[in-house]
Amino acid sequence: MGKRVGVVGVGQTHHAAHRLDASGVELIAEAVTRALDDAQVTLDDIDAIVIGNMDHFENINYVDMWATDGLGSCMKPVFKVTTGGTTGTTVGAAAYYTAASGMFDVVMGVGWEKNSESDTQAAIATCANPVLERDPFAGAIGPLATEYSMYMKAYGATEEDAAIAAARDRNNALNNPYAHNRMHVTVEDVMNSPMLSYPVKFLDMCPRSDGSCAVIFATEEKAKKLAPQPAWIHASVVRHDYTHFGDLEWQWMPTLERATLQAYKLAGITNPLKELDVAELYLPCSTCAVKWMDSFWFCDRGQAPKLIRSGATHMDGILPINPSGGVVATNPIGATALIRVGEAAWQIMGRAGDRQVPGVKKAIATGFGGCSWSDVFILGADLP
Amino acid sequence: MAGWKDEVEEIVFPGKICVPYSWTVGSTLSKWYVQLRDDGEIWANRCPSCGRVYVPPKIKCIECYKDMNEWVKLPGTGTVETYTVVNYHEPSLHPKKPPFVYGVIKMDGADTGLVHLIDGVAPEKVKVGMRVKAVLAKERDGHITDIKHFKPIA
Ligand SMILES: [Zn+2]
Repeated sequence: MGKRVGVVGVGQTHHAAHRLDASGVELIAEAVTRALDDAQVTLDDIDAIVIGNMDHFENINYVDMWATDGLGSCMKPVFKVTTGGTTGTTVGAAAYYTAASGMFDVVMGVGWEKNSESDTQAAIATCANPVLERDPFAGAIGPLATEYSMYMKAYGATEEDAAIAAARDRNNALNNPYAHNRMHVTVEDVMNSPMLSYPVKFLDMCPRSDGSCAVIFATEEKAKKLAPQPAWIHASVVRHDYTHFGDLEWQWMPTLERATLQAYKLAGITNPLKELDVAELYLPCSTCAVKWMDSFWFCDRGQAPKLIRSGATHMDGILPINPSGGVVATNPIGATALIRVGEAAWQIMGRAGDRQVPGVKKAIATGFGGCSWSDVFILGADLP
Repeated sequence: MAGWKDEVEEIVFPGKICVPYSWTVGSTLSKWYVQLRDDGEIWANRCPSCGRVYVPPKIKCIECYKDMNEWVKLPGTGTVETYTVVNYHEPSLHPKKPPFVYGVIKMDGADTGLVHLIDGVAPEKVKVGMRVKAVLAKERDGHITDIKHFKPIA
């Protein structure tokens, strides 16, 4: 099990399509400075650092070396983690494991991306196997469109169901000063937005953003000293299954089912829809915000459309999903999943501002990437 | 059947990743490059806590992690701290044909070294401790090559 660990500070940039004022290193500095301020610590208190991004998005390498001034990593142990869309949660998991190991007391995880620096889809395409699947089936939109088509056929989900989830998250983003896209959106707006790849439309899909996030993890004794209400880590689970796209199960998501199941077991959760108070989920497209509900065990298989239509996942519902606006509002890829952890932690700590859900005791945060990889965090107000 | 690997024709796919990129220089280095380009001046920034002076400028002090809001103009002179004479040809990487010299210049007024070319002197005459000054390009576009090279102070 390792030592008990809590989040004591979170910082993030003001995310945007193009932060012309800030290099990648300056974005990192902005997030790190804010996380240190949030935790009321200095770099002297940080024992180790984990950083992550996706090198192909910036055509760089070795950021852990030349980001030293922004990262504050001089003469500290620094580890770099890169796992695609899940990078942020893998950074979080690695930082948590590093603290839980008992070898380091206070560990800072940092995710960042400057997506404005490249053609994101072209860069994502380089993750596909170059001798087999890169030419016919690469990028992010096509595979997500394909999986929802199958779910629509199998269970009668509709394009409107995805549009409801898109409007939910996008309107939530109006309460989040850090969000990239902040605009009032109706279900009709989503339905009328340009078709990208059937059935995925423009307002269903995440943007690409410039941004960074830093989350500070501390072992129990330290965390109790540093924060009046740490966000304790109850579970951190990672599951991967990709070999080739053709091997994947398209109707549901085995990695997410297994990762959440294990996380709920570790956290002692038997009815996640009821027992969780808030969810910050890496839903890269609003179609996932429908289809994947099954794999989160929030409903029986095929019942996700009913769940979404009921309003249970809106801000005033039984389980508010993505008060921050989620990934369809903000997507600096290497930071995106860590923002989920940070936002969930802030919900527990009572620091989520206008997007605060009242009385949060248990929160879930996830990462998605890969393809079809799932990382899951459960955070709690009480010690695990 | 087990011997099929001895007879298979091995295939290799040629590949090339073509993705256009742009790098946001950021506020700190943009300021530095604009001063170099428009005024022909090399500036540094100083840590308000430990007083270290950095060239090129840093976003935060590496030692203190303090914001860097004090800018100082450097005279453009310095001392060769170390160098090498490049004798091999690497056309896709090197800025000029060999032999050429590059090294670390400890700039007067700064605490850090600037990596650059050393020219205007026969390679065998370059010495550690040699006093040098920056030679700027006439046409400058806000790039590290706006400093053409460092040459010995006669
Ligand atoms: Zn300093």
